[in-house]
Amino acid sequence: MASETTAGTIAPATSADGVWGFSRAQLAALGVLIAFLAIAPFFLYPVFLMKLLCFALFACAFNLLIGYVGLLSFGHAAYFGMGGYIAGYTAKAYGISPEIAVLAGAAVAGIQGWVFGWIAIRRQGIYFAMITLAMAQMVYFFCVQAPFTGGEDGIQAIPRGSLFGSISLASDMTMYWFVAAVFLIGFLLVHRIIHSPYGQVLKAIRENEPRATSLGYRTDDYKLVAFILSATLAGVAGGVKSLVFGIATLTDVHWSMSGEVVLMTLVGGLGTVFGPVVGAAVIVTMQNYLAEMGAWVTVIQGAIFVAVVLAFRRGIVGEIAHALRVKL
Amino acid sequence: MLEFLESITGVPTPLLFGQLLLGLINGAFYAMLSLGLAVIFGLLNIINFTHGAQFMMGAFVAWMLLNWLGLGYWWALLLAPLIVGATGVIIERTMISRLYKLDHLYGLLLTFGIGLMIEGVFRNEFGSSGLPYRIPAELQGAWDLGFMFMPIYRGWVVLFALICCLATWLVIEKTRLGAYLRAATENAALVQAFGVNVPRMITLTYGAGVALAALAGVLAAPIYSVNPQMGTNLIIVVFAVVVIGGMGSILGSVLTGFGLGIIEGLTKVYWPEASATVIFVIMAIVLLTRPAGLFGRA
Repeated sequence: MASETTAGTIAPATSADGVWGFSRAQLAALGVLIAFLAIAPFFLYPVFLMKLLCFALFACAFNLLIGYVGLLSFGHAAYFGMGGYIAGYTAKAYGISPEIAVLAGAAVAGIQGWVFGWIAIRRQGIYFAMITLAMAQMVYFFCVQAPFTGGEDGIQAIPRGSLFGSISLASDMTMYWFVAAVFLIGFLLVHRIIHSPYGQVLKAIRENEPRATSLGYRTDDYKLVAFILSATLAGVAGGVKSLVFGIATLTDVHWSMSGEVVLMTLVGGLGTVFGPVVGAAVIVTMQNYLAEMGAWVTVIQGAIFVAVVLAFRRGIVGEIAHALRVKL
Repeated sequence: MLEFLESITGVPTPLLFGQLLLGLINGAFYAMLSLGLAVIFGLLNIINFTHGAQFMMGAFVAWMLLNWLGLGYWWALLLAPLIVGATGVIIERTMISRLYKLDHLYGLLLTFGIGLMIEGVFRNEFGSSGLPYRIPAELQGAWDLGFMFMPIYRGWVVLFALICCLATWLVIEKTRLGAYLRAATENAALVQAFGVNVPRMITLTYGAGVALAALAGVLAAPIYSVNPQMGTNLIIVVFAVVVIGGMGSILGSVLTGFGLGIIEGLTKVYWPEASATVIFVIMAIVLLTRPAGLFGRA
């Protein structure tokens, strides 16, 4: 579905301009992003920034599927939330160090993505969206009842622990650098995947699946691997988020969270490298400022959905890239 | 006889039949909602994510008619589908109709956004706690069937839903209008070339699908409390029902809806913890064995 926003922009894997598959414009944007990550905690509240980065990583993971394979998963909260629960539970119950806890959450989310992806890729388009949503709802009900999730209360007072057993993450500033590093690694990983030969095949599937099949690619295998990668990264984002806030709750596995990540990616720009980050920043900031308005936040989010779909399908970054005639 | 049944099923008979009835009622709602989704999908090629919100609007319009205008249940049964259907027509004309040339997923995203807006507005206005709606005087009380007490209203819901589904099937399969509709589902351009006003037909089809959801909402109002979230949780289950049944056949949708409702009811008797997830598990099994759905065309 992102074909119209990025039509004709498929670059060869080894594009002549730029470094690591980044074009010049993208390198400039990456420079701005890294500078922002370095300076922001001295001006903005670190916890807010960490929340933003967790959602930005989540949106990047989601964008890997929708933007580059054309698969709309409407159930990504299942992987985000499960990553959070597993990381939170292992950190609290076994006292293991945070990086292992996050990896454990990511691994479980990835396995879950493997099973669900294997089932869901049997259907395409709208059905794929409905199936992923239904599977995520199943995970939600499982989390309501499973003993380790703490039901309605969630898992509370999750310790942040010490990174590699030595660097305490108790202070918000230290935690921020950890989160920023995880985000940057995840962001670059998604970029690397997209610009690998494997990523080129994914885009070929997005543009014309029967043709990719006729060229000899097992498209289902490619889609499944993309789904697992996306779910795993979503699990990383969820795991880090639960460590940041010390809490893992049902909110993160609820269908509305799946809707939020769709919205973030859509606002930023489907199939753009920096879109999910910008979209996450916009939506998280909006939620922060409008928090006391209660249900109006839902109305505004719905209105943004409608406005973007009707008038603004390239998203913020997509529009900027279109105006400047560059890839971002 | 009853003792014999109890010895086979292993549970008290009233409990078994009580849950079976509850399952039938849920199945009635699944059937009506998935029917509306299938009719809309057939012609518009979009999944109407607003369907849950429109079901909820049906219940709220019934409540408003009673509390603001003093119009009771029977008026609501007639007026609520018309009113909510009219809002559906407006939504189709002003928004959905702009998306037909785009990828179908944009329709899903748009209707999801509209659903969020509607739900948010109702939550602001009425809160989340839910409002009571009384069962109409004519349908109060219960019949003693010997093996269980059957609340009259619940029997009415199942019966009325069956009649609605049958009527929809008759309209689509047996009337001239339905023939146009089926033809346009196959090839809209050709039907238009014969002089049928296809855009108007699409609009009215959407309105009719929405009206069916609102009608289900009115039926649901006295059973569940009328609250803004009543549609959203239901619609996700209905999506699973649609995937299981496949959207190819009308009777298939109805059968799948009722069947899954009954299975869910039985699960509540034998394994209560699994009752919330059983439909999703069945969906996974069906996808693994018959990806196109039980009644779907590949």
